[in-house]
Amino acid sequence: MNRFHTLFRDPDARAFIPFFTLGDPDWETSLRIIDSAVQAGADALELGFPFADPISDGPTNQKSMARALRAGSTFDSCTLLVAEVRNRFPELPISLLLYYNLLFCQEREGYRKLAEAGVDAIVISDLPMEESAYHVDCLKSNGLGCVHMVAPNTPRDRARTLFDESDAFTYVISRFGTTGADSRLSDATIEHVTRLRAVTEKPYAVGFGISHPDFVRQIWDTGANGVIVGSHFSSMIEHNPDAPEVAIEGICAFIAEVKSHSEARPVTL
Amino acid sequence: MTTASWERTFGELCYGGSYVPESLVHVLDEVQKAFLTAIDDPAFVSRLDKLHREFGGRETPTIRADNLSERWGTGLFLKREDLVHGGAHKLNSTIGQILLAEYMGKTRIISETGAGQHGVATAMTAAKFGLPTDVYMGVVDIERQHSNVRRMQLHGARVIPVSTGRGTLKDAINEAMRDWITNVGESYHCFGTAAGPFPYPSLVKHFQRVIGDEARRQMLEGHGALPTDVIACIGGGSNAIGTYTAFLDDPDVRLWAAEPAGTGLDGTNHAAALTRGSVGVFHGMKSLWLQNEDGQIAPTHSIAAGLDYPGVGPELVELMERGRLGVITVTDSEAVEAFEVLSQAEGIIPAFESAHALAATWKLAKEDRDRTMLMCLSGRGDKDLESYWKLSEGNDE
Ligand SMILES: Cc1ncc(COP(=O)(O)O)c(C=O)c1O
Repeated sequence: MNRFHTLFRDPDARAFIPFFTLGDPDWETSLRIIDSAVQAGADALELGFPFADPISDGPTNQKSMARALRAGSTFDSCTLLVAEVRNRFPELPISLLLYYNLLFCQEREGYRKLAEAGVDAIVISDLPMEESAYHVDCLKSNGLGCVHMVAPNTPRDRARTLFDESDAFTYVISRFGTTGADSRLSDATIEHVTRLRAVTEKPYAVGFGISHPDFVRQIWDTGANGVIVGSHFSSMIEHNPDAPEVAIEGICAFIAEVKSHSEARPVTL
Repeated sequence: MTTASWERTFGELCYGGSYVPESLVHVLDEVQKAFLTAIDDPAFVSRLDKLHREFGGRETPTIRADNLSERWGTGLFLKREDLVHGGAHKLNSTIGQILLAEYMGKTRIISETGAGQHGVATAMTAAKFGLPTDVYMGVVDIERQHSNVRRMQLHGARVIPVSTGRGTLKDAINEAMRDWITNVGESYHCFGTAAGPFPYPSLVKHFQRVIGDEARRQMLEGHGALPTDVIACIGGGSNAIGTYTAFLDDPDVRLWAAEPAGTGLDGTNHAAALTRGSVGVFHGMKSLWLQNEDGQIAPTHSIAAGLDYPGVGPELVELMERGRLGVITVTDSEAVEAFEVLSQAEGIIPAFESAHALAATWKLAKEDRDRTMLMCLSGRGDKDLESYWKLSEGNDE
């Protein structure tokens, strides 16, 4: 049973899902950061494998991935890190975000390793539905959930198909552009994610650009089931190279604040 | 104008395809539809033709290189794409693509460049169309192709330096794609080679096949026979597929790819993706990539900035794997020697890229004299003079 199904069994679930690059800034510190985030109340995790040429990522996550690679991250070391997180949190839903080449070159065996490490679902940032037959087959045969992405310019019918074909949840990209923390939440984003609620009843999480606890709450208020915050945390790691505990404190404070909102469900409709 | 040959993937292993973030799916669909409409639209076709003649200076001649033919004891013919406006074949594609961008109502052009030739061709074409242009270029390439940076700027383009990775073509393409993902509505990505996500490999081929179409006719008219061998250098593969396409149905014409071996094929100081690459998915396509066992794209090197790229267009991979295309690797120093040879023997300074093709041609001539060889001289070498002089000063010391 995919752990995301349990998380999203309640259609009103308001999940907070932090994103971290595995191995940033190094294996041990990365584990400490992830562990603390879960202790602070993260409902699930989105974990990225570092890729040296991440075309969907802005400067912050590019640097995060570069740090992880400089520290010696490989497919196997990242998988080991996931397995350790799983070991510590047996019930936690864990999804991975990868660039396709990292998985493609592992062939079927790579999917098996990830399933064995305790991964629940996988999203690929550069693999549209049209090219995903082999990938989906590998996921299915290993009991891994498939997460498709929906973009602001995805036509409505296509979005419906992507929601239907997603297992676990669907990843909704909040806006055009690469990953990176924005200083505000645009009206276009709110409109776009609100419109999607009418397209599907299946669970989806919204990510890209979200950098403030208030934005998280506003996105939840549109009816989204989950919100993903990544670059904002990566930049905390970036700005505290010699004091990871400061980054950890900031990340945990953010999560604690967000979780205090998640209890206060507004009366909608 | 022939209608497009239109394939999403090539061969049984399905090289090519369209491996892009979801936000680009709709955009690529739009490009494909507009392209198919445009090339059947007589108004588009006649404007393209006029631009080729009046702006591009087509057609370009195919000449017999008499001195080298005599020296090597073979027939050597050069398709003179160095004479295209701007100094390289790249303009064939930028004319077509920017005309298409205008046709689609796009108001801004994004591009990337390695040698600067595609950037220059984009900048000069966009200037003619009055479209603002941003060209991404690696810092290493900005350094070694500085005159082209200035040319782009003179045409009004903004050249944006890219310092990630090794600061070369791959990194510039990364940034151009990030820009495109961000500005999907108004921008057209004028892609520099016959690679990337569908429909670009087919679209760029369509606009570049004029090279081979002309050359084949010129060989028949001027020489009375087809060549036995056709040679082109490989960056992403646009001048190559543009040259080969007309000859694909001539089974007696052998096709050859000149790949950059840099300082040697061991290690990562080369960019020989056909020879040393493995199957991977990057920059929107499944193809052969220079990469490590973990799927991280490898750093590359070639003295020719336009060949300094870890991948190769998908159709060329398919042609190679089914034995239709032979591959010859050429080191930096062999290319520089060929650069000097052509300058001295024929009075033509080739681009470092094209010098790779000549070095490969030379190897074929040594192997077997009984050949009639047609080589695509993809560009002129003025842009490489600074690097060449620096290199020869270094050697004199
Ligand atoms: C003169 C010249 N020839 C060849 C190339 C290689 O590109 P392609 O393989 O797309 O023809 C370049 C690229 O910049 C170039 O400038």
